[in-house]
Amino acid sequence: METTTLQYTAKDFKSDQYVRWCPGCGDYAVLNTLQKAMAEIGVAPHQMAVISGIGCSSRLPYYTSGYGFHTIHGRGAAVATGVKVANPKLAVWQITGDGDCLAIGGNHFIHSVRRNVDINVLLFNNQIYGLTKGQYSPTTKKGYVTKSSPYGTVERPFRPAELTFGSRGTFFGRILDVDLKSSQMTMIAAARHQGTSVVECLVNCVIFNDGAHSWLSEKETRYDRVVILEHGKPMIFGKNSDKGLVLDGFNLKVVTLGENGITEADILVHDAHCDDATLQLKLAMMEGPEFPVALGVIRDVAAESYDEAVENQIAEVQAKSKIKSFDDLVNSCEQWDM
Amino acid sequence: MSNLKKTELENVVVRFSGDSGDGMQLTGTLFSNLSAILGNEISTFPDFPSEIRAPQGTLGGVSGFQVHLGASKIYTPGDDADVLVAMNPAALKVNANGIKRGGVLIIDEDSFQKSDLDKAGFKTENPFEEIGISDTIQLIPAPLTTLTQSSLEGYNLDNKSVLRSKNMFALGLICWLFNRPIDQAIHFLQNKFSKKPSILEANIKVLTDGYNYGNNLHLSVSTYTIEKSHELPKGRYTSINGNKAASWGLIAAAEKAGLELFLGSYPITPASDIMHELAVHKSLGVKVVQAEDEIAGITIALGASFAGALAATSTSGPGLALKSEAIGLAVMAELPIVVIDVMRGGPSTGLPTKTEQTDLLQALYGRNGESPAVVMAASTPADCFHYAYMASKIALEHMTPVILLTDAFIGNGTSLWKLPKLAQLPDIKPNFVQPDMVDVKVTTRNEITKARYWSIPGMEGFGHRNGGLEKDYITGAISSDPLNHEKMVATRQEKIDYISHIIPELQVEGDPDAEMLVISWGSTHGHLMTAVSSLNKQGHKVALAHFSYINPLPKNTAEVIKRYKKVVVCELNSGQFATYLRSKVPGEYLQYNKVQGQPFTVAELEEDFKELLK
Repeated sequence: METTTLQYTAKDFKSDQYVRWCPGCGDYAVLNTLQKAMAEIGVAPHQMAVISGIGCSSRLPYYTSGYGFHTIHGRGAAVATGVKVANPKLAVWQITGDGDCLAIGGNHFIHSVRRNVDINVLLFNNQIYGLTKGQYSPTTKKGYVTKSSPYGTVERPFRPAELTFGSRGTFFGRILDVDLKSSQMTMIAAARHQGTSVVECLVNCVIFNDGAHSWLSEKETRYDRVVILEHGKPMIFGKNSDKGLVLDGFNLKVVTLGENGITEADILVHDAHCDDATLQLKLAMMEGPEFPVALGVIRDVAAESYDEAVENQIAEVQAKSKIKSFDDLVNSCEQWDM
Repeated sequence: MSNLKKTELENVVVRFSGDSGDGMQLTGTLFSNLSAILGNEISTFPDFPSEIRAPQGTLGGVSGFQVHLGASKIYTPGDDADVLVAMNPAALKVNANGIKRGGVLIIDEDSFQKSDLDKAGFKTENPFEEIGISDTIQLIPAPLTTLTQSSLEGYNLDNKSVLRSKNMFALGLICWLFNRPIDQAIHFLQNKFSKKPSILEANIKVLTDGYNYGNNLHLSVSTYTIEKSHELPKGRYTSINGNKAASWGLIAAAEKAGLELFLGSYPITPASDIMHELAVHKSLGVKVVQAEDEIAGITIALGASFAGALAATSTSGPGLALKSEAIGLAVMAELPIVVIDVMRGGPSTGLPTKTEQTDLLQALYGRNGESPAVVMAASTPADCFHYAYMASKIALEHMTPVILLTDAFIGNGTSLWKLPKLAQLPDIKPNFVQPDMVDVKVTTRNEITKARYWSIPGMEGFGHRNGGLEKDYITGAISSDPLNHEKMVATRQEKIDYISHIIPELQVEGDPDAEMLVISWGSTHGHLMTAVSSLNKQGHKVALAHFSYINPLPKNTAEVIKRYKKVVVCELNSGQFATYLRSKVPGEYLQYNKVQGQPFTVAELEEDFKELLK
């Protein structure tokens, strides 16, 4: 990003509050990465509003500088919508978790995505309720034993990507708490995207769901199990960068470079800007062990944001209307002397 | 040929009643507006079913619009009708008890056939006798349907459009009956149908024919004249309903405060018209977000408030219930927001299009924790403007949610409104941080009013973290310290209590030597005032104290109430304000309550008060 002058450092985005997550919590890494990303994005701290609902991750606004609002359970998306529409000049971040965003706040989530309000959503997905001490969430794997599912859950979980796509989302990215570089890159892309940017953050809860993402996060095997997608780059992954993704009929398939005559030219090139979300959804839905889990920017398409549309419509009406003030409004109504 | 008899009246009540598709609301609105232009005082009351189009001709589909016109001050849409227009037998049946002895009944004869009578559940072929009014009314039967059809013969209109015009025939007839020239009605129609020339032409033709029909017939009823009112202060007026007046109050307040107006709302009867009205005024920069639900309606607005707008949300009872938690957040975050609750019959879905005052205790206490908010209530359609303006002023200057209670009766009803100018309205000075303030925390407050200083995103040097967790009084950091919490609870209460110093004192109307004090709040003022003045004229010693500010109460409340031996609290619920008063100003309170989804009638109030005065 050679055009950005680095005016800020991560320190400028830290508040004076002591961070109070459990030692080893994945949220620390996301917070640190976010502060680094914010420095690079270059928006002044006082021009940013960080909005959250309720939950462990929703404490995050206390730890960033500038303006923060820790609201009520599930309603972060709605509050963030109001902030952005009222003042579109602000950079608005919404911090939420899998319970806050997809259970109690599910309605606001799908509608803010549908409207395409220009907010950046960091959806911390640890597949568990942490702050209420360990109940299953809408993303908890079926069969998982928690405090509220002592015999295993019988519920089918949500896939955040599928909900985002189903809500006609214009941006979806995914990060893994321990993979800092791809996380920072994804957050920066999310901030630069106009419209609702949903970034699913795979984070580990050390207390109630330790190791939920360990299959991905183990350092030794990580790069065999994730593929970091970048627009315009081939979908190559693996510790030795020797694996890739190809299309086999309507399905994706993992191939090894050099085997069966496969070369880099055969590997799919990622198109995050393609309006048709079919392939992007397939990529977002990949799961191990058959497939690597996709990280990075999976979908990033241009569309008018809601807040922009609101401003444009107001400007359009204002250009035509003679009513410029309350007194004009009063004068415009049917009236008579008595 | 004109009639010989002309009766001069001080005031008159006309009720238009028909199927919900008969255009009774439009007819009534046109008639009241043209009467107002002719110099009468007006008060209207639309009363319609919640079904959009119930089966034709059935009792469930009857929609009514009552107009009260006067040469002198009138406060209510009136009890019983002097003139009832019944477009079908169902409309007659629903209003059987609402027509005065000696009143005029105009019916569409064509709609009083056997099958129509059956649909309305009449058992005989003489519905007037059946409901016992045949000897007490003057009947004008007119074949409105066939007359309208012949009026529009040769017009290239489908049958449906022809039938839809018969309300104009009825309006023409009424204009004749009241000696009202129809030019003004034509002018209104021209505005309303400017984009539909063929409908406009048809409506004008039918209206004119209706007027001439009355004029040309030797009808054996007298026509009426009502003189101009001379009691109103001179000035420019319009007629306005409460929902529109409330919307305009918000618009005026935002401009006065120099802020953007932002409404987050979700459709709900009978409050949706506030959202509709504000959505029109984009030229004034008003932002309206139609949210995905009631909770989003208020939380989107609260986001806008956090970002520095004059934020409001509009709703009715069930919606207020859904907004409770977010109002609590506004209490805790000390953010300004105006919540307008246009009350309807409850509980649950209740009576969506009918009026009640049953959300009072919900507004006062319907939140978790100790969470005081300002609660106020408008009393007439027109003063919804004033109270929406004052609700905004209080919210912005005292950093608190304000719940403004109106109801279906004044939300949909209209009254005359003297047009204000922005310059005449009181100043609004939001409690913003000043640039020279240093070390301002989220909890730093004006030590007199206890209102915290408002800084908004974008202001450099005032960044802060707000939220629903308890904060330290000094530093604003989250705190669960026991004594700090108690101090914060007390501070939030003191902030609300302080507002009693800036609101007007309670006034007593009526006999200064009264033995009995009648207490009312909100939309019932008109009925109570009319009943009390009537009793005063009859020599009864009774006075009225009407509350518009409920939390906090005016600071002279106890002093006023204690002056009277007998106090009766009248409200359209089972005694919510009485319960509240007992807790604030302990004493003995009598009650007069009605929970029928309908406003009081002056007659029932007078009767009850006379009993109590014995």
